[in-house]
Amino acid sequence: MNIVVCVKQVPDTATERKLRSDDKTLDRDAVDGVVNELDEYAVEEALKLKEAHGGEVTVLTMGPGKATETIRKALAMGADKAVHLSDDALHGSDALSTSYAMAQALKKIGFDLVILGSESTDARTGVLPAMLAERLGAPQLTLARKVDVNGSSITIERLTDYGYDRVEATLPAVVSVVEKINEPRYPSFKGIMAAKKKPVETLGIADAEIAADQVGLGAAWSEVVEFAPAPPRAAGTIVKDEGDGGAKVAEFLASKKFI
Amino acid sequence: MSEILVLVEHVDGEVKKVTLELLTLARSLGSPAAVWAGPGITADAKARLAEYGADKIYVAGSGDVVDHVVAPKAELLAQLVADKSPAAVLVAATAEGKEVAGRLAVKTDSGVITDAVGLREGFVADQSIFGGGVNVQSRVRRGTPIVAVRPNSTAPEAAAGAGAEEEVTVSLSDGARAARIVERVKQEKGARPELTEAAIVVSGGRGVGSAENFAIIEALADSLGGAVGASRAATDAQWYPHQFQVGQTGKTVSPQLYIAAGISGAIQHRAGMQTAKNIVAINKDPEAPIFELADYGVVGDLNQVVPQLTEEINKRK
Ligand SMILES: Cc1cc2nc3c(=O)[nH]c(=O)nc-3n(C[C@H](O)[C@H](O)[C@H](O)COP(=O)(O)OP(=O)(O)OC[C@H]3O[C@@H](n4cnc5c(N)ncnc54)[C@H](O)[C@@H]3O)c2cc1C
Ligand SMILES: Cc1cc2nc3c(=O)[nH]c(=O)nc-3n(C[C@H](O)[C@H](O)[C@H](O)COP(=O)(O)OP(=O)(O)OC[C@H]3O[C@@H](n4cnc5c(N)ncnc54)[C@H](O)[C@@H]3O)c2cc1C
Repeated sequence: MNIVVCVKQVPDTATERKLRSDDKTLDRDAVDGVVNELDEYAVEEALKLKEAHGGEVTVLTMGPGKATETIRKALAMGADKAVHLSDDALHGSDALSTSYAMAQALKKIGFDLVILGSESTDARTGVLPAMLAERLGAPQLTLARKVDVNGSSITIERLTDYGYDRVEATLPAVVSVVEKINEPRYPSFKGIMAAKKKPVETLGIADAEIAADQVGLGAAWSEVVEFAPAPPRAAGTIVKDEGDGGAKVAEFLASKKFI
Repeated sequence: MSEILVLVEHVDGEVKKVTLELLTLARSLGSPAAVWAGPGITADAKARLAEYGADKIYVAGSGDVVDHVVAPKAELLAQLVADKSPAAVLVAATAEGKEVAGRLAVKTDSGVITDAVGLREGFVADQSIFGGGVNVQSRVRRGTPIVAVRPNSTAPEAAAGAGAEEEVTVSLSDGARAARIVERVKQEKGARPELTEAAIVVSGGRGVGSAENFAIIEALADSLGGAVGASRAATDAQWYPHQFQVGQTGKTVSPQLYIAAGISGAIQHRAGMQTAKNIVAINKDPEAPIFELADYGVVGDLNQVVPQLTEEINKRK
């Protein structure tokens, strides 16, 4: 099975994240980049499926040059090779253009299964998996907490408001995963060494047949008009329980008219 | 006045509160048109939509629309966008609502704004990003604005609309039928308000200690008429079903009051609750990061504090 797993580099959530004052995009240079957490679960699921059914796992990242760190991490976990979609023209792409660019790259790579995280920690739109399914004309098997492949048929358990749905489709398909699905492995020392030799192909927009007028800040379907730091939250009152902690909370709730 | 399409969220024939919020919001921007996907619309549901301002109610009552994952709803909305040229489309910013918005955006070649907490003239949306650290105003500049609005962002207010019903037949593509829902597994729900819609949410974490002990969290929630939530540590331990998980990969809640008991306040948990208007934390560790967010915090054992609080509330009723 030919599995492509989409991995995004995001700013470490432990650092202070900022928008740039010039073009109002996320300042990716100012902070340490890490692998988007949920994408580690996507990589793990891809590796497990490969272990069970054979095939190859390709990592796809769209991002600036330094996103190679993220690619190496996924390769160290056990992915076979990577494609790095990187071009200055892609800077500032919104969800529409990102999904377009990634769909073009996926068509070029070819796939039986595309696996993504269900959400990034930076933009948190959660729309990319659905957009890719739409653009690729492949069944949307998103928010999966369990994936089973049997020949060319695939079944997932999709998280819902009330529990989950069992969903069936035929490959090729687009899957997104939630963190309940597995426990991502840590790269072994051997894995880290091996990753240095695994092939990473860099694609520019022309290589992936991406139209320049459909990507980047200028083409974005949506724009940030203005932004400002949120006013700091007023410091709260913290008390130590001295046998009356519950009663004190009740007084607070009464002062706010909740009771 | 231009129509604003509002995708109705409904369960067991009942309209969810978030839809009433979206209708209220739509009224300030144009003429609200509710879109009902799937079978089971009732006279009560129609009356409710009209009561909150729906001038039109489009009903696509075929089962096909809800028996496949997301794509049919996007095709339905795309057809209505083509036929009715609405000024905007509003959906609830739930995990599924955002997926519908995403597919619709691709289909209609339109921009999409996710997780709006406000929406003003010119369809300028407010977003709260980076863990609530930055406030952003954003706007769609190509196509029909598609905006996913967070539940509890607007107070629903009744103001009657015409409620004219129109049946819609949507011709689904084969592609939209590609992911078939073959079984729906409903896990216990109970009589409590739904998590994302509740004005008050009481959540328990690892500090609760066991599934049985969640009873004290439930008792507190019930005394306040609130919903129960849980951290990932609690759902992973199977102390509480995972559809009640609050956080990055659980539900995003934005209630008037959020009470966190035995929850440390990890960034992934905060991602799901930091836009709550008032936050109360109960934790035995004074260094727990949740206290940085709390309007009111008690450093103490939740096994003492929570039952005492419940008792106080019940006494005051
Ligand atoms: C704070 C903020 C808010 C934003 N709001 C909007 C908005 O409202 N509307 C809009 O159109 N755009 C928005 N954007 C732009 C958006 O970040 C980009 O389009 C982004 O590349 C895709 O969105 P996401 O990261 O939210 O994807 P999600 O849909 O949250 O990510 C799901 C999965 O897609 C995969 N993935 C996502 N991006 C990449 C990538 N570059 N390379 C490889 N895999 C990837 C990963 O597997 C990830 O887990 C916003 C950006 C920021 C920083
Ligand atoms: C990809 C990914 C996604 C995630 N998504 C989510 C998510 O959606 N939601 C989520 O919640 N987490 C999520 N997490 C997990 C998150 O990082 C934390 O591990 C989790 O929130 C911790 O839950 P907790 O606060 O209950 O447990 P802990 O961090 O262990 O905290 C327990 C707290 O209880 C206190 N305590 C213990 N006993 C008592 C007592 N008797 N009285 C009072 N206080 C007591 C302790 O002092 C401690 O502060 C995610 C993680 C990853 C990597």
